[in-house]
Amino acid sequence: MLDTPRAATEPVARSRTARRVLGLLALVAVLAVLAVLSVAVGSRAMDLGQVWAGLTDAGSDSYPVVTELRLPRTVLGLAAGAALGLAGALMQAMTRNPLADPGLLGVNTGAAAAVVTASFFMGSFGFTGTVVFAFTGAAVASVAVYLIAGAATATPARLALAGAAVTAAGYAYVSAIQLMDAATLDQMRFWSVGSLVNAHVAPMLPVVLLIGGAAAVGVLLARPLNALALGDATATGLGVDPRVLRVAGIAAITVLAGTATAVCGPIVFVGLVVPHVVRAFTGPDQNWVLPYSMLSGAAFLIAADVLGRVIARPAEVQVGIVCAVAGGPFFLYLVSRRKVARL
Amino acid sequence: MTAGPLVVEDATIGYGRVAISEGLSVDIPEGEFTVILGPNACGKSTLLKALARMLKPSAGRVLLDGKDIHSQPTRAVARRLGLLPQSPIAPDGITVADLVARGRYPHQGILKQWSAEDERVVAEAMAATDISELASRGVDELSGGQRQRVWIAMVLAQQTPLLLLDEPTTFLDITHQIEVLDLCAKLHREGRTLVAVLHDLNQAARYATHLIAMRDGEVVAEGAPADIVTADTVQQVFDLPCRIIDDPETGTPLVIPKALASARI
Repeated sequence: MLDTPRAATEPVARSRTARRVLGLLALVAVLAVLAVLSVAVGSRAMDLGQVWAGLTDAGSDSYPVVTELRLPRTVLGLAAGAALGLAGALMQAMTRNPLADPGLLGVNTGAAAAVVTASFFMGSFGFTGTVVFAFTGAAVASVAVYLIAGAATATPARLALAGAAVTAAGYAYVSAIQLMDAATLDQMRFWSVGSLVNAHVAPMLPVVLLIGGAAAVGVLLARPLNALALGDATATGLGVDPRVLRVAGIAAITVLAGTATAVCGPIVFVGLVVPHVVRAFTGPDQNWVLPYSMLSGAAFLIAADVLGRVIARPAEVQVGIVCAVAGGPFFLYLVSRRKVARL
Repeated sequence: MTAGPLVVEDATIGYGRVAISEGLSVDIPEGEFTVILGPNACGKSTLLKALARMLKPSAGRVLLDGKDIHSQPTRAVARRLGLLPQSPIAPDGITVADLVARGRYPHQGILKQWSAEDERVVAEAMAATDISELASRGVDELSGGQRQRVWIAMVLAQQTPLLLLDEPTTFLDITHQIEVLDLCAKLHREGRTLVAVLHDLNQAARYATHLIAMRDGEVVAEGAPADIVTADTVQQVFDLPCRIIDDPETGTPLVIPKALASARI
């Protein structure tokens, strides 16, 4: 008697799992192709042989370009894209709000506010300085949002309101400073569009370690987030403390989005759109949504960066612009085609 | 009388600084189907939230198996105590089987993922609530009554000897209300301890084996329905003049509100 329902549902469940595993493998393959393209494509295009020589033969012509410029840019693009995709998925799961993105925690505004403040008082500084200031600003802003939302008593709605308030105030502040000081505006202009051009001077190891560590924490939150998706009350009944989960989630998002934003500027679109597309394919199980969002985010950002290097050769279009121009209409299409999923 | 598995001890419970109940003591007897009832805003849902550790008393304690519920690891509590809240949220596009499977959370861990045991328990929970044929359907396609059975199946998959249900019949039509209550009665007969908040006095009198009647944050009467559902108690708790007759179906007390002289035809 009890075996009948199992026999009826198991094949369905199994074929669905098979589809998700295949999708994940396909995603990894796409990512590999994009990574090779990202090394090969640029103002000086290379064929596969030159890419290989550039990676392995220190004496070859392509070695300096590959190891000093394109490889760091590719690695950083992958890391930042993965971080933004995962941070977006975590943010949407944590707030049960399909329109949430890490920017809602004030990460972008916080980073921008810190960069303009530093630039206003200290004049110009190098890219590593920008990264450090931006990361600090992002962290301070998200802690502020969490505290204003009521810390342990924060609800998704209060988090969203506090985030909107901090973002509005921060945006006004950033605009005011930029209007007062032309040099600051100049320093900011490049960063605030979102670009991977400076990747070769970025502090690579700390960036990859920070994102890797936070990603490990984020992916481990999948199961408690699945419980939280049923409401705070149900989650409590199942043995999840929503307050503890929110603290862990906000910490992971802050490090992921803060690091990515610090390195390549505020690219909001990845965190907003990627988890949406992913959920349409995987369904609502966070065990799949999170890894899928991570890989898709990396693929999306790298693809946008490669595209930006191709469309305006020999100049290039910043990845932030490509993301918005390519992602905007796509997002509109998605929203108009299917109802925005409730979480 | 020995203390039950869930005890509220001289507790002050409320939201923020607003206390709903002060000095409240309640003992949930083991193996009974306890129903908490009372007029709106009498503190019955607040009491249930305190029993479910969703609210922490600002004074006093809630004891699970004799130990402060807030000093025990929340996952360990979740293996003893299941909760069906008033308005749980079903994520868009989730299937019935996947939703029921989420009840297994407190039995899993990072190293202990989905097992054959989980599979068996989920199938049993779906069979017990008669939703096995709906397993691969989307929860959002179901009727209100079916959906409530899915949620009960999820709590059953948690395999807890204690079940708390916050107004499980609200928003259901009468047929589905009875269906859900019959299911609760079956779970009770199988040996679980149930605590439910209900609105309907007659349903409470028919299904409960133990009643707790509340008003203004205090327990007014407590005991077997046959003993405490009297015209006096109903007047005292609900301000409702009534007669009590025997339910012709079950013999349990049936409350018949008096018709006001001015309303008589």
